[in-house]
Amino acid sequence: MSDDILIDVQGVSKKFCRDLKKSLWYGLQDLGNELRGHRHGSSGQLRPEEFWAIRDISFQVKRGECLGLIGRNGAGKSTLLKILNGLLKPDEGRIRLRGRIGALIELGGGFNPILSGRENIYIGGSVFGFSRAEIDKKLDEIIDFSELEEFIDMPVRNYSSGMKVRLGFSVAVHLDPDILFLDEVLAVGDAGFKLKSYGKMTELLNRCAVVFVSHSMPTIARASNRIILMKDGTDAYYGDDISYGIEQYLDLFDGEVSENAFSDGVQIHDIRLNVDYTQQVSGQTAVVNYLEDLIFLINLDIDIKHEFFDIQIWITDKDMKNVANYSSGTFGNTLRNTGDTMSVKIRWPECCLTNGEYSTTVIISKPIEIKNGSRAREDRIAVYQHILKFKVRGFKGLQWAPFHFQGQIELHKRLEDCQST
Amino acid sequence: MTDQSSTRLPETVYTPDSSVAKPREMLRDMFRDLARSGDLAWRLAVRDIQAQYRQNVLGILWAFITPLFTTLTWIFLQGSGIVAVGATDIPYPVYVFTGTMLWAIFTDAMNAPMNQTQSASGLLAKFNFPREALIVSGIYKILFNAGIKILLMLGALVIIGIYPGWHLLIFPLGIVSLILVGTALGLLVTPIGMLYKDVGRVIPLGLQFLMYLTPVVFAMPKDGWVATLFQINPLTPLILNARNWLTGFPPEQMTYFVIVNLLAVLMLLIAWGAYRLVMPILIERTGA
Repeated sequence: MSDDILIDVQGVSKKFCRDLKKSLWYGLQDLGNELRGHRHGSSGQLRPEEFWAIRDISFQVKRGECLGLIGRNGAGKSTLLKILNGLLKPDEGRIRLRGRIGALIELGGGFNPILSGRENIYIGGSVFGFSRAEIDKKLDEIIDFSELEEFIDMPVRNYSSGMKVRLGFSVAVHLDPDILFLDEVLAVGDAGFKLKSYGKMTELLNRCAVVFVSHSMPTIARASNRIILMKDGTDAYYGDDISYGIEQYLDLFDGEVSENAFSDGVQIHDIRLNVDYTQQVSGQTAVVNYLEDLIFLINLDIDIKHEFFDIQIWITDKDMKNVANYSSGTFGNTLRNTGDTMSVKIRWPECCLTNGEYSTTVIISKPIEIKNGSRAREDRIAVYQHILKFKVRGFKGLQWAPFHFQGQIELHKRLEDCQST
Repeated sequence: MTDQSSTRLPETVYTPDSSVAKPREMLRDMFRDLARSGDLAWRLAVRDIQAQYRQNVLGILWAFITPLFTTLTWIFLQGSGIVAVGATDIPYPVYVFTGTMLWAIFTDAMNAPMNQTQSASGLLAKFNFPREALIVSGIYKILFNAGIKILLMLGALVIIGIYPGWHLLIFPLGIVSLILVGTALGLLVTPIGMLYKDVGRVIPLGLQFLMYLTPVVFAMPKDGWVATLFQINPLTPLILNARNWLTGFPPEQMTYFVIVNLLAVLMLLIAWGAYRLVMPILIERTGA
């Protein structure tokens, strides 16, 4: 093993049992086997009601690298992390770790509610294997980073979940680990603390090997050099093409089309996307190339009681995050209802959404009136949720971000020259 | 990264192989972890003792209220003639009071490993720390509670007018033996007890029965098959001698006393190994 490989995982597998009674019985058998010096988990065969929770996972992480673990719930990410941290024993394979290990597998756990934050720092530190003197040295830094000075002598029982996260994360990262295992730990803190934590993680990455579980793709994209996409316990993807891996992950969610939420006299007959609208059949997933114009065609009827209307289009990604919105009213394009069937065409030039699948929600609302200079609440007539799905293809790049702008770049001698063009 | 500093890094290896297959390494790891667990064990013990008394008005008194009530019950049973307990060398109230106090120290030790493991389940499933810390902190707590009981016993003896004399110097040996045997037995049943709750229910029943076969509330019978049972009960020399040393009587059954202690040391070592092996299984099977 080369010197800077701190985490070396070779063909690790783990069996789980679906049935509790059988599971306990197998546990007793495993214990019996171990006491007689036999290997854990009997043979490589599955016993009745068992399945592979982790199957043949291999990877290496060097100092300075961060491996992102992604996958749907129950794909085996947390189990893998628990095996890495020695909490569970693998049924097959081999794990070699070099250096001091800091792990934050689950947050809020491990704190004693009756004791103060300060007392818990000492307990947490000694759980990670640090002496009193070492913790003494780091105490101020830990408290400082957690921003909990005022509350540090208060019982942890009265802490909010966010405060517990701060405390746990501060302890884990300040004790100079060589290896850091983090499981969804940054999901809870507030925005300010998250930002600070990323900064700290980037700093740690210089001297640390990190394995990191998250469901937040922007976080994964930002922190990881490599990713493993786990699917049913196996690695569906392992490599350094973060954007490909994330796309594969998002593709795991077969977007179930949910029908419209409500409608007050609006009937959308057809919605199509792009170019050749004679070919595009509604309901199918359209494919758009990166930097191509996005053109929506909506065929609809609106009850004549609504004289004017606005159209909004919301684009959400597989994570159900809003990535782009359009509202005709914002640009003063309020439409007048003809009372007949109408066809609306909306064009967005040069789609710079990244590769992936997107879902379109269409909202018809009454024009927003401006009263006393402030805008009143919008009054919705109809909401059609996830009425159209489309995929974006053709962006080539390793980084992952929701948007990739196509820029023009120039090189000049002086700043003033740049201004003149 | 220089080569020098990276070669000094501690290495951790996890495989499916049983560590029992390499007993020397296993023993080395066990004692290394035991040494590493000291600080944590102390903190956990202090934390638990503080927590134990923070939410109790009577606080420390609870350590002896239960044995006191047992004592009163037996004094009543004996005095009213409902139960014949046999003749004792010291006044019966002293006999039964010291007996139940010493017995309580033993049962505390016996219950500690399982209680400690159960109450630390949240910690166990999330952090990899030397598991020995739980056992050691359990022992710290037993020592603390035993200390209170001993002070109370000594106080009571002085009031009654019984002076233990120089035998008191050996008395700690009796306490250590009780805790040693209790911990060894308790630790031995913990691996299975944590998987199957039935074990946890059987233990109090067994202990109650065992108490009547040990000279706790009854005096040693002189003859008959019950006397034989008392004689072979390994707890008999422990209770007997601890009480003798405390009340100024010469020790009895010293050979058996030594044998029981040696066996307990061996049993403790085996139980400790099994305890380490069961931990990952426990976390996997019960979520700890």
